[in-house]
Amino acid sequence: MSNNLRFKTSKFIDETYRVSFKFNNKTYFGFKGDTLASALLANGIHLVGRSFKYHRPRGIMTSGSEEPNAIIQLHDNSSRTEPNVRATEVEIYEGLVASSQNCWPSVNFDIGGINNLLSPILPAGFYYKTFMWPASFWEKYEYFIRKSAGLGKSPKVADPDIYEHKYIHCDVLVIGAGISGIMAAKMAAKNGFKTLLVDEKSYLGGSSIYDNSEFSKINNQITSSWLEKEINEISKLENLEIKIRTSVAAFHGYNFLLARENLTDHLPINQRENKVRQRLLKIRAKKVITATGSIERPLIFHNNDRPGIMLSSAIKRYIDLYGVACGENNILFTNNDTAYETAMSLIQRGIKINAIIDNREQIDSKISYEVEKNNIKIYKGYTVVDTYGYRRINKISIMKLSKDGQTVIGDKTKLNCDCLGVSGGWTPAVHLFTQSGGKLKFREEDQVFIPNVYPSDQISIGSCNGDFGLEEIIKNTLSSIKKFLDIDNSEYKTVETISGLNQSKRNIWLLPSDKSIGKTKSFVDYQNDATAKDIKLALREGFRSIEHVKRYTTTGMGTDQGKLGNMHALGIISETAGTKMGEHGTTTFRPPYTPLTFGTIVGRNVGEFFDIFRRTPIHDWHVANNAEFENVGQWKRAWYYPKDNENMHQAVQRESKAARDSAGILDASTLGKIDIQGTDASEFLNRVYTNAWSKLAIGKCRYGLMLNEDGMVYDDGVTTRLGENHYIMTTTTGGAANVLGKLEDYLQTEWPELDVYLSSVTDHFATISVCGPNSKKIVSKVVPDLDLSDEKFPHMSFKNSKIDNIKCRIMRISFTGEHSYEINIQANFGKSVWEKCMEAGKDFNITPYGTETMHLLRAEKGFIIVGQDTDATLTPIDLQMDWIVSKKKYDFIGKRSLYRSDTIREDRKQLVGLLTENPEEVLEEGAQIVADIKKSPIEMLGHVTSSYYSPNLKKSIALGVVKGGKNMLGQKLIIPMENKNINVTVADPVFLDKEGERLNAKL
Amino acid sequence: MFLINCPFCGEREQSEFKAGGEAHIVRPKQPTELSDDEWAEYLFMRKNIKGVQFERWNHVHGCRKWFNMVRDTSNDQIKAVYKMGEKPPVK
Ligand SMILES: [Zn+2]
Repeated sequence: MSNNLRFKTSKFIDETYRVSFKFNNKTYFGFKGDTLASALLANGIHLVGRSFKYHRPRGIMTSGSEEPNAIIQLHDNSSRTEPNVRATEVEIYEGLVASSQNCWPSVNFDIGGINNLLSPILPAGFYYKTFMWPASFWEKYEYFIRKSAGLGKSPKVADPDIYEHKYIHCDVLVIGAGISGIMAAKMAAKNGFKTLLVDEKSYLGGSSIYDNSEFSKINNQITSSWLEKEINEISKLENLEIKIRTSVAAFHGYNFLLARENLTDHLPINQRENKVRQRLLKIRAKKVITATGSIERPLIFHNNDRPGIMLSSAIKRYIDLYGVACGENNILFTNNDTAYETAMSLIQRGIKINAIIDNREQIDSKISYEVEKNNIKIYKGYTVVDTYGYRRINKISIMKLSKDGQTVIGDKTKLNCDCLGVSGGWTPAVHLFTQSGGKLKFREEDQVFIPNVYPSDQISIGSCNGDFGLEEIIKNTLSSIKKFLDIDNSEYKTVETISGLNQSKRNIWLLPSDKSIGKTKSFVDYQNDATAKDIKLALREGFRSIEHVKRYTTTGMGTDQGKLGNMHALGIISETAGTKMGEHGTTTFRPPYTPLTFGTIVGRNVGEFFDIFRRTPIHDWHVANNAEFENVGQWKRAWYYPKDNENMHQAVQRESKAARDSAGILDASTLGKIDIQGTDASEFLNRVYTNAWSKLAIGKCRYGLMLNEDGMVYDDGVTTRLGENHYIMTTTTGGAANVLGKLEDYLQTEWPELDVYLSSVTDHFATISVCGPNSKKIVSKVVPDLDLSDEKFPHMSFKNSKIDNIKCRIMRISFTGEHSYEINIQANFGKSVWEKCMEAGKDFNITPYGTETMHLLRAEKGFIIVGQDTDATLTPIDLQMDWIVSKKKYDFIGKRSLYRSDTIREDRKQLVGLLTENPEEVLEEGAQIVADIKKSPIEMLGHVTSSYYSPNLKKSIALGVVKGGKNMLGQKLIIPMENKNINVTVADPVFLDKEGERLNAKL
Repeated sequence: MFLINCPFCGEREQSEFKAGGEAHIVRPKQPTELSDDEWAEYLFMRKNIKGVQFERWNHVHGCRKWFNMVRDTSNDQIKAVYKMGEKPPVK
């Protein structure tokens, strides 16, 4: 069968290069240059899938990205497996494996086909209406639906391919390399514009490149020959970059576009090694020329979905470009002249055409006369009323249209065929234009939406602008590009065109049948099985907005995004509702125009490059010493250091005991550090912190609390006065960038009169905190020049010093309640100083501890962690930190909010300590806190924010927020858990050493 | 994605910037003198206009400077950018 379907006359097919591939487990052959669709058609295969709802057999319908039916799974069962691929877009290569989607158990025997028989009870909105109740039935429905539904399988293992992103900046971007795109690119490049020309196909020239008809000529040459010379010329232009296999997915504002460049998908798998598969191009163009062409419209008639029913233009492309005949007994069905071009292509190769059915009564064009001369019967004023054949069309029946085109009259004639080419005219591909924010207008004469208002520096040309005739396309392209680029020289002298077509058309959105509408299946959306009947039903049920009708009937919601049927849906709506086309607008075309792979979207940001992470200068030491890490913002922080086979709990218990009993060491380099200088630095701190800063002496440190203007705690940290006009502020690890941003905001916008300069120095310093009763002895060994006596170096003070002649800053500050020091040194010396401390602390069992132990130690002291114990709903008063809020200061950020009616409520959630009745019981962070579990609903009083087992206190401790907690000291509360209720007592949040004896102990 | 003309650096991608809400809301000089309602007006109330809107933007991954922008939110056209403290160049 297959031999007489291939005509070896196409220069796009390499007949010397045979390619074998597998489809549905069977091996076939095609040629290099074939798409999967053209190769299947050459093998006589039309049936490639099943529709989504009724599981009707479906065949290849188109030859491009608008394909609704030939949706396949590529690379079965491999790591590259990819669902929802259009067979019309896949270039075949040796070893390609593909299979039909959405058919089970096989495309020829599909169990879901029973839905087709049930279709009288599966109208629009059926799923909405039926499966919503009774709810208990859902499980039964679900089994049935899931089994038969589904659009492909996703891969189960990691993608082996490489993807990347690339930025491109150009003066002019031309989208689409059809005849007008080629001309525009040449004009732009030759006039000095840096130009990029992209096309989604593997070749340039669009549909004109295989237009070998005597009926369309440019300067007395066959169109394809003229165009080839043009392509030859532009491919040598220095100013012009050309990218094929590149489809623009999104056209955003300010001429920012995303395109996907396919680099290896057409190669055999073994040639793809170490090559980038797809590239996401991020294009910023000064000017954009959209030349995306148009998409042929199908016709909407009863049973218009059988395999073998195709767009007429697709039949032409398959024969002219791939040398493939889609059928041996063809019928064309049209309402305009373009089907006659297809007829001429078939006639040239001697392929049989049984008839042409034309909706028009009068046909007056050179090309139609030529077709008639070839003894082909043209049924003028006729329509197809039904089609026959299950897995492939074998017959149609036709009838005469009434004058108004709303009914059929006369006798029914049956005609045989194995392929029916349909043409309902053309729809400009305005998707990208509307994505960019462009506004359309409706042109009554030929019922098309065309670009009207451009939102950016862009223009649409060619048939996407509604210019369909060859003469019109060329004339308008020349004049509008000259104007758009503001150039005098168009690079073209005179361009003479001859066309045998005229633009007459008889547009009937829904063709009538001898059957009543209720008995017809005229598909508007092939993939989702939405029929004209469904749209009419939706209107009867009261839907009016196109967006609602779309969702209710699922019209245009398939992977083809309504590229084929959207206009018909609009047409049927306005005909039925008696409104004018254009009044309803169109549905919104959203990016991407064609689907993008996830690989393309993420590019190189996979695995360890998924997100940026920051390492401290001491990171390698932590790794070498078995640390487990936790992510804090973008930082990798040492979490705990398990010894032998310790679990986290055991390690933390050991670390926190050592820190209080002898010495602990913490890498605190991640703390945010902001260098503050300027004559108004003190005044600035006064305004941003809740407490007073003017009287802080040089060389002293102070803890500060920062609020938002709404009075809620925003950040905290210790700030040190280094000089008269010089401070260094520390922030929380996670808050550093935001704090700097906030401070800059106030400085630049509210207080520009202040002489203050801010600089982030977080990465410049390594920060090592040594704490515990032996910390003094250890630090004195590391910094021998420094007098560490309490008199010379008291708590909350700072000294400049040197370690091995390297300048360092040492603060005596504590986040653990222990005597402790913080060594700040130039980052690249961080690791060596850390090692020095370890060496000096050897005799004192100096123990490195991570963030978990740090959290435990500070919780014993009742120190908050902003972001863990607070959540932007707590004021300092709520946190029982009244002591840090200055009463004297006239103003600071957030002050006024501290006495709003809401912030002074007594029953706000307030920070408290929680002790469990059973001291071994450790609460879960986030657990709810209640008082009365008998009352329903149970009133939620608050939740646990921090919880640990303290080895130093030998009991469980927790912090939490509780409504009115401040006045509940000693009160019993309940933490209800899944299996039990845990009794707790409200306690002071400071569990250990409230008097600060450890901090001030003489060492 | 916008192309924003930072008044200090020139044209840059939107991804370098951070939006900062409505512009020309001055922090009261004497917050303590204000009633709860007056303070709430400053603190919480922001316009969200379909049409020409005055906004604050920060070139956060660039010069770190705050500046003002006039933007038509209905079509995202940026009408003007100008420095803090300057009067809007368009109405
Ligand atoms: Zn800037």
